[in-house]
Amino acid sequence: MVRTIHALPECASLSRNPGIPESIIPESIRVSDPQPRLAPNGDTALAVEFGERIDRATSERVLALHDRLARAGLPGVVELLPTFRSLMVHYDPARTSRAKLVRRIEPLLDRLEGDRAAARRWTIPVCYDPAFALDLDEVAARTSLTPAEVIAHHSSIPYHVYMIGFLPGYPYLGDLPQRLALPRRENPRTQVPAGSVAIATTMTAVYTLASPGGWHILGRTPAALWSQHRDPPAVLAPGDEVRFAPIDRDEFARLAHRAEAGELELESTSA
Amino acid sequence: MSAALNVVASSSIALLQDLGRTGQQRYGVPVSGALDWVSLRIANAVVGNPDGTAALELFYRGPTLEVAAGSARVVAIGAASEVVTGGTSRTVAAGQSVRLARGDRLTVGPCEGSLVAYLAVEGGFALAGDLGSLSTFPRAGLGGIDGRPIRKGDALPLALAGVPERAERRAPKWDLAPPARVRVVLGPQEDHFTERGLRTLLESTYTVSRQSDRMGMRLEGSPIEHARGFNIVSDGTAPGSIQVPGNGLPIVLLADRPTTGGYPKIATVASADVPALGRLRPGATIGFEATGVEEAEAARCELEERLGALRERLARRSR
Repeated sequence: MVRTIHALPECASLSRNPGIPESIIPESIRVSDPQPRLAPNGDTALAVEFGERIDRATSERVLALHDRLARAGLPGVVELLPTFRSLMVHYDPARTSRAKLVRRIEPLLDRLEGDRAAARRWTIPVCYDPAFALDLDEVAARTSLTPAEVIAHHSSIPYHVYMIGFLPGYPYLGDLPQRLALPRRENPRTQVPAGSVAIATTMTAVYTLASPGGWHILGRTPAALWSQHRDPPAVLAPGDEVRFAPIDRDEFARLAHRAEAGELELESTSA
Repeated sequence: MSAALNVVASSSIALLQDLGRTGQQRYGVPVSGALDWVSLRIANAVVGNPDGTAALELFYRGPTLEVAAGSARVVAIGAASEVVTGGTSRTVAAGQSVRLARGDRLTVGPCEGSLVAYLAVEGGFALAGDLGSLSTFPRAGLGGIDGRPIRKGDALPLALAGVPERAERRAPKWDLAPPARVRVVLGPQEDHFTERGLRTLLESTYTVSRQSDRMGMRLEGSPIEHARGFNIVSDGTAPGSIQVPGNGLPIVLLADRPTTGGYPKIATVASADVPALGRLRPGATIGFEATGVEEAEAARCELEERLGALRERLARRSR
C-alpha cells in the first residue's frame, strides 16, 4: 500500500481519496494542508481544488489565490470564479494553454493563508415578520426553539460569503449557527419572492430574484442585492462579511420605498 | 427616422445572442451567448461585422421581419430565407447575403437539419445590452429587448439606417453537420464514477431529450454508474461540462449554464465541438470519445484558424 501512495503524483490525492485511511499514510508525507489539485475542465477552464470540504480555511485559500491571480493578470485568462473549495480559472485556449497556466499558477500556491484583501463588512436589514417569514414557525418547531430565538440566532453572528451562484448575485453565507442547521425542504417552492432570506444545511442566503427554491424562508430584506444596472451588478462578493439586522414592518416599508426609488444603497466598512 | 426590423409574425422562440457575457461569473451571472457560435461568427463575417456582434438566434423557424429602414443587409446561417418584395417572393440560400429594401419581408427557415439558425444584420442592432452584452438571458431579464425573447410587435433597432449596394457575399462551404461522437476531456470528477460508468459514457449512444434547453442538453440512454454518491461540494462549471445527477443520465451544460453546480462532472466536451451540440435537435443521437486537454486545445486553435481564414477570404472578395 505504501508503495502505491508514493506513486501518486501529489500529496493532495492522499487526503482526498477516501479509499486510503489516514492511518496508513506514513507520518512524513501526511499533510494537514494538502497541495491543491489542478483539474482540467476541458480546454477552457482549470479548477484549482483545495479539497472537498466547506470550511473557512479552505475558502480563505481560494480567495487568496483569487486575489493573486487577479493581480497577476495572466494572458489568456478570461475570468476567475471562487467557489467553496476551488478557484475556477476560465481561459481562452487560442491565447494560452493548460500547460502554460499550470506553470504560472503553481508558484503562486505557496503561503496562501491570510494573504487576501480585507473583507468588506455589510449589514443587511431583514424583516422577520410572519408576513415574510414563511417557514419561521416550522424552523422553530424543528429546532426546538421559539421563533424569537431563531431570529436571535440567525442575526447573532457575522457570516462569510463563500461564493455567489445558483442565481445572479445569490450569496452562499456561512456558517449558520449549528442550532439552525436543517436539510433543504422536501417540497421546494415553485416561486420564492425576491429578497427572501433563507437557510438550509450550514448556510443562509438571500434570493436576489424571484425563483423556485427549496430553502427555509426566515424573512425578507428590502435591499436589492442585485441590479443589472450597477457595476458590479451584485452588492456582495466572495469573501465579504455579512450581518443581518432585524427590522420591523414599518421600517421594512420605509426602506422598501427607498429601494424602489433607487435610494437605498448599502454601504460597507472595511474589516 | 429610426431604422428597425419590425417583427410582424413570430413562430417559435428567437433571441438576440452574441458571444456571451464574460467577466461576471463570480457574481453568479451565466455567460449565455450563441449556442452555435461557429454559425454566429460565420454570419458576422459574411456581413462584415466584428465576431461578437449580436445576431438573432432562432429555433426551427424564424419570425417574419419587415424592413423599416432605408435598406438593410442580412445573412442567415443554418437556414434559407424567403424574401417578399411587394407581391413577389424569392428564396435566398443559407449563407448568402442579401440587401433588403424598405418594406421587404424576410422569414428565415425552416432550419436545415439544425436546431438553430442565425440571422446577422450588417452593422448589428442598436441596443445597449446589459453588463456588456446583448445576449438574452430571460431568467434574470438580461440583454436583448427587455431581457426576453423577441415577439410580434417588437421593433429591433438597427445601427445602420441604410447600407450601400455592393457585390453580395456567400459563406464558403462549411460542414455544419454534427459529428456522431463529440470529443471529451475526462474530469474534473471522473473519480466519482466507476470504471463501468466511464465506459458507459464513452461507448453508448445517447438521445437528445425534449427537456433540453439553452442551459443544458439532457440525454436519454444508459445510466452512468456513480462510485460515491452524486453530490459534490458545488464548484465551477465550464461550457460543455457533463454533469451526472442521481438518475445517471448525463446533462451537457450549454450557453446558459449556471456558473456553479453540485453534481459530479464526468467529462467536459472539447470547446471546438460545443457549437455542434447547439445544432442537435431533440431526438438526435450523440456519443462521446475521449481526448486529451492538449488535443482539445489544438482542435480549438485549428477551428480558430479556419474561422480566421474564412473571414480573410470574405474580406478579400469585397475589396
